[in-house]
Amino acid sequence: MKTTQPTTYITYIHATPQKVWDALTTPAFTRQYFFGRAIELEPKVGGAFALRMEDGRTDTEGKVLAWDPPRRLSVSWHVVWLEEFRHLPECIVTFDLEPAGEMVKLTMTEDHPTPIEERYLEGGRQGWPLILSGLKTLVETGRPLPKFAPMAPGEA
Amino acid sequence: MAKHEKPSFVYVIHIAATPDSVWQALTEGALTRQYWYGRRADSDWKVGSPVTFWYETGSGEAVSDRGIMLESKRPRHLSYTWQVQFIEEMRDENPSRVTFDIELEGEDTKLTLTHNELEAGGKVLEAVRNGWPAILSSLKSLLETGEPLALTKVDQVAADAAA
Repeated sequence: MKTTQPTTYITYIHATPQKVWDALTTPAFTRQYFFGRAIELEPKVGGAFALRMEDGRTDTEGKVLAWDPPRRLSVSWHVVWLEEFRHLPECIVTFDLEPAGEMVKLTMTEDHPTPIEERYLEGGRQGWPLILSGLKTLVETGRPLPKFAPMAPGEA
Repeated sequence: MAKHEKPSFVYVIHIAATPDSVWQALTEGALTRQYWYGRRADSDWKVGSPVTFWYETGSGEAVSDRGIMLESKRPRHLSYTWQVQFIEEMRDENPSRVTFDIELEGEDTKLTLTHNELEAGGKVLEAVRNGWPAILSSLKSLLETGEPLALTKVDQVAADAAA
């Protein structure tokens, strides 16, 4: 069954909007909570966006659709590292940051303007809570979630 | 979702803590009061027992929400009915159901909240969608940093209602 239903995830983070923005847009941060992926962004609307894997391969690529630091980042999202996903219509991923006292309300929305088979949404439904839990831990404690912590030498 | 099916809300959060410390945070009143908009959870957490959530009124405590324990498997699974008491317009809605699943994943704990049997278009559904992300984000902060989020320390709605 095809759907256009968006996936959303909301979390509250004890940090300034700038700090959360930096965690979303800086590769040194994203590597520590986004399954090791490094983000690459041209900081302007229409600029290139990509997530690179540790071995240099491209996971996801797209274009910057909204660039409004530190409030809104929106990118088109085309997963290219898996053959099956390469042929899917692209989706749109948007991060909205709203200050709430000493906190930030972070809302992630994965929109599907083109209907997509329901089963392809499962990765995002499972992945975003983990990724954004990892971002929150990193920003609040300075350490990644243990799941995303780099392995110590000899542990591999 | 079928038209006659009652709406539900699911929220997942991953926490750098053990399943048992997540269970404690969900069941010990001294802990819930810190991150659950000032609510003190009160129950022996045995199947069939009442579950009561209290809030401070300034001159004592009043019941915010209440329910009955349905399932209890420490530290993995906790389920109870849920009926809002402190807001008049929500009191007449049928009881809904709150379930927590707590799973160890490597060194982290995956906490899944499922709030179902809600009334379509009801006030409780709206409150649930807004409330759980803040409450469970604050629970995570409390367990990982020792400090809950300031946002969820007190409930302004309840404080105003009590004033």
